Amino acid sequence: MKFVKHQNSDESLDLVCRMCPMHLLEPGDKLKCMKKGQVLEVLTDYDGALEDIPDWCKKCGHEFIGVEEEDDCYKFYIKKKRDEA
Amino acid sequence: MSGVNGAYLDNASATPVRKQVLDAMLPYFREHFANPSNVYDIGSKMKQVVEEQRGKVAHLLNAKSEEIIFTSSGAEANNMAIKGVTFARQKKGNHLIVSSIEHHSVLNSARFLERLDYEVTFLPVDEYGRIDPARLSKAIRPETILVSIMHANNEIGTIQPIPELAAICKESGIIFHTDGVASVGNTRVDVAELGVDLLSLSGPALGAPKGIGALYFRKGTRLMPLIHGGIQENGRRAGTENIPGIVGLGKAAEIVSQELPETQNHCRKLRDRLVAGILGRVEKVTYTGHPQRRLPGHASFCFEAIEGEALVFMLAQAGIYTNTGSACASKALKTSPVLGAIGIRADLAQGSTVFTLNSHTTEEEIDYVLDKLPPMVDRLRALSPIWGKEIPEYQEDVCT
Repeated sequence: MKFVKHQNSDESLDLVCRMCPMHLLEPGDKLKCMKKGQVLEVLTDYDGALEDIPDWCKKCGHEFIGVEEEDDCYKFYIKKKRDEA
Repeated sequence: MSGVNGAYLDNASATPVRKQVLDAMLPYFREHFANPSNVYDIGSKMKQVVEEQRGKVAHLLNAKSEEIIFTSSGAEANNMAIKGVTFARQKKGNHLIVSSIEHHSVLNSARFLERLDYEVTFLPVDEYGRIDPARLSKAIRPETILVSIMHANNEIGTIQPIPELAAICKESGIIFHTDGVASVGNTRVDVAELGVDLLSLSGPALGAPKGIGALYFRKGTRLMPLIHGGIQENGRRAGTENIPGIVGLGKAAEIVSQELPETQNHCRKLRDRLVAGILGRVEKVTYTGHPQRRLPGHASFCFEAIEGEALVFMLAQAGIYTNTGSACASKALKTSPVLGAIGIRADLAQGSTVFTLNSHTTEEEIDYVLDKLPPMVDRLRALSPIWGKEIPEYQEDVCT
């Protein structure tokens, strides 16, 4: 797992309290509206995301930048690498 | 109901589904039946229909589409707001504030949380049922995470100073919820003007069917779901959508958005006629709630030396449908907590009768009530053992 600190992002999605598979569905929709090279921040308190989000990025062709652990959630950073998400 | 043989003045309890609403709903029982979660065309069409209705409800409240969650009722929306916010913010604090005159779906949600070791302050109200903003400020603690104060009270019609109360909470970083079940459809409700983070509403109050409601939540407000399962309502409320109900609520919201100013004027005019008529023709009667800052179609009274339930039954025999105001109090034979909170004597509170009007209420219905009611009050008082006697002060259990 790649950990990061103070990563900048262009957009943010707060999915805290939302259950699986919202941590994969909503980033997919959000990335569709973003430009190639932009970074999406995803906030979630779902532990399964630690495994799911890096895997999902690989499958969809996006770059998983890393994760930062906060008091009440994880912050995942994804760079959009391709237009059709 | 209209005409001179009856009057339906219990619109806060139930309203008939509007014809346009029913017409809009009917195709969604048989012709358009697909599940919105399905990916094929008739499923995605249903998803689109749900989103269109979400937009209509959002428009009524001046909210964004994505800020609306469909629920099964106003009670569920209140539960979702109180428990959902509390659970989502449990690391921030363990204290909630609600008014002492909330609907039971708020009061009992708060009491449920007390059992889970959260602390709840039940804020008192003045003689009109209004919360003093200064009192709210004093009740706030560093560990307060949520305040819930209803927009308008169903039993006494009083409208709260929500913008002031919400602003106090915003300053302290506290989430503010208001129960709009009694107000949405009866008075102007604009979530931006009110400054609230969450607002509950009920479909039947707008002329939609029973079994549908909604919760507005300001974008960014974290909510722990109460019903876990699928991804419906963006993962905030599981369960296959009640499409006919959602279509009904969307249509009703659309109609209310267009007709509200006219409805308010109509109801206010007839309500004032009813109030003036009752106060002018019946002695020893108290008009409860705030005289001006109240719902336009709401009139509530306490008739001295009368059992409100007896009067409601007697009126019903003449085709006049009203309410005592508190089903809990009526059925448990206790004093209404709302009337107790505004300082109404326990014996006087027994004579509570509530009239709620809507856009279909007619002048003839009001005049019919004014003709029938005074002799009924006289008759009940003639049978009353306490009529004309001085009642000593006593403390009765208030229904909580």
